[in-house]
Amino acid sequence: MAMNRQKVLDQYFMDARHKLIDIAAFLDRVERAEGEADFRLDAFRDAVKRLEDHGEDRAHDVLMAFSDPTEEPIAVAPGKGACGAWPGEGE
Amino acid sequence: MRFIEPHAHMVSRTTDDYADMATAGCVALCEPAFWAGFDRGSADGFRDYFRQLTEYEPRRAANYGIKHFTWLCINPKESEDMALAADVLDVIPEFMDCPNVLGIGEIGLNKNSRNEIKVLEQHVDLAASHDQLILVHTPHLEDKHKGTRLILDVLKNDSRINPERVMIDHVEEHTIGMVLDAGHWGGMTLYPESKCSPARAIDMIERFGSDRLWWDAACDWGPSVPLAVPRTACEMRRRGHEESLIEKVIFENPKTFLSQSERFQL
Repeated sequence: MAMNRQKVLDQYFMDARHKLIDIAAFLDRVERAEGEADFRLDAFRDAVKRLEDHGEDRAHDVLMAFSDPTEEPIAVAPGKGACGAWPGEGE
Repeated sequence: MRFIEPHAHMVSRTTDDYADMATAGCVALCEPAFWAGFDRGSADGFRDYFRQLTEYEPRRAANYGIKHFTWLCINPKESEDMALAADVLDVIPEFMDCPNVLGIGEIGLNKNSRNEIKVLEQHVDLAASHDQLILVHTPHLEDKHKGTRLILDVLKNDSRINPERVMIDHVEEHTIGMVLDAGHWGGMTLYPESKCSPARAIDMIERFGSDRLWWDAACDWGPSVPLAVPRTACEMRRRGHEESLIEKVIFENPKTFLSQSERFQL
C-alpha cells in the first residue's frame, strides 16, 4: 500500500465523514416519514452493522449483506431492474 | 497520460465526450453491444445497431484520433425473449468479420433467470465456435454475487473456453476474488452511484494486485463519467503509486487482453 495511516486519514477522512453524516441524515429522514418501510430498510440496517466488523473486509461484507444468497436460477426474470437489496424468497 | 477506455457506449454520448476523452489521452476505446434503454422489437433493430457499431462509430471516433473497437451480442436484459435472442444470434455472424469486431459481448446475466442462462450458453457457444474473445457483463447490485457465480459455472462447463480469453466486467469486492481465481480477467467499472468508486478501485488494485485487471467508465445514457479512468489514475497518483503501475492498469493491461484479438492494433 502506497499510503501510511496518517496519509489515508489526510486524504479520505473528510470525504468519509461527509458520507457518514449523509447516512445518518438518511436514517433520520426515513424515521420522520410516515407509512410502512419495506425490506430495503432492514437490509440497510443489517449492512450498517457490518461496519463494526474487524479486519479488512467491510466492503465485501456490506455488499454481501445486500446480496441474494440463493444459488439456483429463478424461473422467469420479473423485470429488468435491481433495487439494491434482496427482498427474500417469494417476494 | 495515455489510456485505453475498454468499455464505453459511445452511441449514447455526445461528440464533446469524444473530444474530452482524446484530450485526456484516450487512444482507443471498445464499445460492447448493450441494452438501448428500451426493448428492440426485432432482429432488424439489432442489425441497424450493429451497423452503427461497425461502420458509423469508428468514423466518429477517428475524427478525434481514437481507435474504435466493438463487441456484438444481445444484452442479457433482452434475453428473456428467447425467440428474439435466437433471431439476433443468427444476425451476429454477418458482422463477425468486420475489422473492428473483437468478440462476443457484453453477454452475461441480469436477473439470473433460466432463459438468461440459456442465451448466455448460446453466446458462449457462438464465441467458442468462432474462436472469439468474450466480454461478460455481471448483474447489478443484489444480483451480482449470485450471477457472477452462475456465469463462472457456465464458462467452466464449456471445455473450449480458455479463461484468459474472457473478461468478466463490473467486479466488486465480493466478486473479484472468484473471477481471478477462475483464471479470467476482471474489469472494475467506475460509476458515480453504483458499481465502483475510484477509491475502491484503487483499493482493489492494492489488495488483489494489478495482474489481469482493468478499469472502465462504461459510460452510457445513465449516470456515468467518460473521463472516469483518467480521473482515477490521478487519484492513484495522489496516493503515491508509481507511474509504471498506473500505466499498467490503464493502458498495458487492456492492451494485453485485447491484443489476443489480432484486430486490436493501435
